[in-house]
Amino acid sequence: MADKKLKLGVYWGASCGGCDISTLEIAEKILKVIEIADIVLWPCIADFKYEDVKNYPDGYIDVCLWNGGIRNSETREIAELLRKKSKVLVAYGACSSFGGIPSLANLYTKESIFERAYKTTESTDNPKEIYPQTTYTVPEGDLHLPEFYGSVYRLRDVVDVDYTMPGCPPTGKQTWNVIEAIATGKLPPKGSVVGVGDKTVCDECPFEKKTEGVRIERFKRPHLEKPDLTPIAELNNKPQCLLEQGFVCVGSATRSGCEAQCLNANMPCRGCYGPAKDVDDQGSKAAAAIGSLIDTKGDPKRGEEIAAQIVDPVGTFYRFGLANSILRRKVPSPL
Amino acid sequence: MPFEPKILGIFCNWCSYTGADLAGTARIKYAPNVRIIRVMCSGRVDPQFVLKAFQEGADGVLVAGCHPGDCHYIEGNHKTMGRIPILKQMLNQFGIEPERFRLEWISASEGDRVAEVVNEMTEQVRNLGPLNWKSATNTKDLGPSPL
Repeated sequence: MADKKLKLGVYWGASCGGCDISTLEIAEKILKVIEIADIVLWPCIADFKYEDVKNYPDGYIDVCLWNGGIRNSETREIAELLRKKSKVLVAYGACSSFGGIPSLANLYTKESIFERAYKTTESTDNPKEIYPQTTYTVPEGDLHLPEFYGSVYRLRDVVDVDYTMPGCPPTGKQTWNVIEAIATGKLPPKGSVVGVGDKTVCDECPFEKKTEGVRIERFKRPHLEKPDLTPIAELNNKPQCLLEQGFVCVGSATRSGCEAQCLNANMPCRGCYGPAKDVDDQGSKAAAAIGSLIDTKGDPKRGEEIAAQIVDPVGTFYRFGLANSILRRKVPSPL
Repeated sequence: MPFEPKILGIFCNWCSYTGADLAGTARIKYAPNVRIIRVMCSGRVDPQFVLKAFQEGADGVLVAGCHPGDCHYIEGNHKTMGRIPILKQMLNQFGIEPERFRLEWISASEGDRVAEVVNEMTEQVRNLGPLNWKSATNTKDLGPSPL
């Protein structure tokens, strides 16, 4: 890599833009990136056109970091284009890896989404109830818009992905780890999950479990109650695990690698690093772990009452990966 | 051909599976629609088993364990009592009708209860029709590649 710079592409699908911005979390190392790489596509910050990309030879882009999920046909088309034009395609961030928060839209249908977005939101003024169309003819010719798919998909659902990098967004440290691995050619086998640890967030957490005999009698909402942060002598002078205190924390079902940033701000983990190693369905693992801690006292009614205190279990346990779950979406519905 | 529901049963070894066995040796006639997998304890039932069953084509899932207080492993079914209600809420959010998933406490002597539950559940699921979950997740249905 001495005299040849890496061709770097970054693209966004159904994305909030946070992953693009998060690359700046590598701080001054951005200067190192500019030293070793030429940007050949990055809609967030540079004005390359799709035509430019179509004219690149196949495999021209050394590394393409793709963030965002697949929501419509344009995103899918560009995913396929970038797969052709890239040597290495990385699903960067929770959305491309698992569907991300956009994939919570899989609890709705295309029809109900359109109705909400174009008719019923409080700020919509659309008296003629006009919906976008995929084709519309005007005197000057035909206008086209991408087709909105019935579900949100992961990048790997439409193209082969070389590496998966979870996080919402991936942390600066992990982003630099992966960039460094790419630059020095020290990448793991294709298909690996990168920018992660091997354990769960519990491994990196500043709180400590009491474990023996602890059961949850009542679930607490973090916006309504404060956690008890008192250091406890028997727990290496750390405060007690938030889940044991009754706050819903999915860290025990979430891959490590983030250094438990949220826990270090006294907030329970929400699962953005996706499922633990070798696990496919994160939400059911979280439900199983948390369910087994409920203080049922051998009474099914008590179990039901306490479990009912978890508001929106699908949204809570699959917050970052509904498209990656076993069921993928709510009821079979037209794609 | 009338619709024959495919129901997956996950029964614990010590109570409910033995109860199902008793239904057999007592020659109790009941609907053949349940296929039973034996686990050592209902506390072993990972929500993933249930979700996978639906995803792979099951029309219903029946989990059966020892009565509260009777678990062979003392507290195994306490875990079941905590997990299954969460799973039920999740299945509801996924749009799966509540009659398609059932948790029952069945003892080793309750062969007749096995028959009763299976018969009842089979009819309820028959009325709901097939679930056909795979049709929702087939990305090939996205159509041909735009490229």
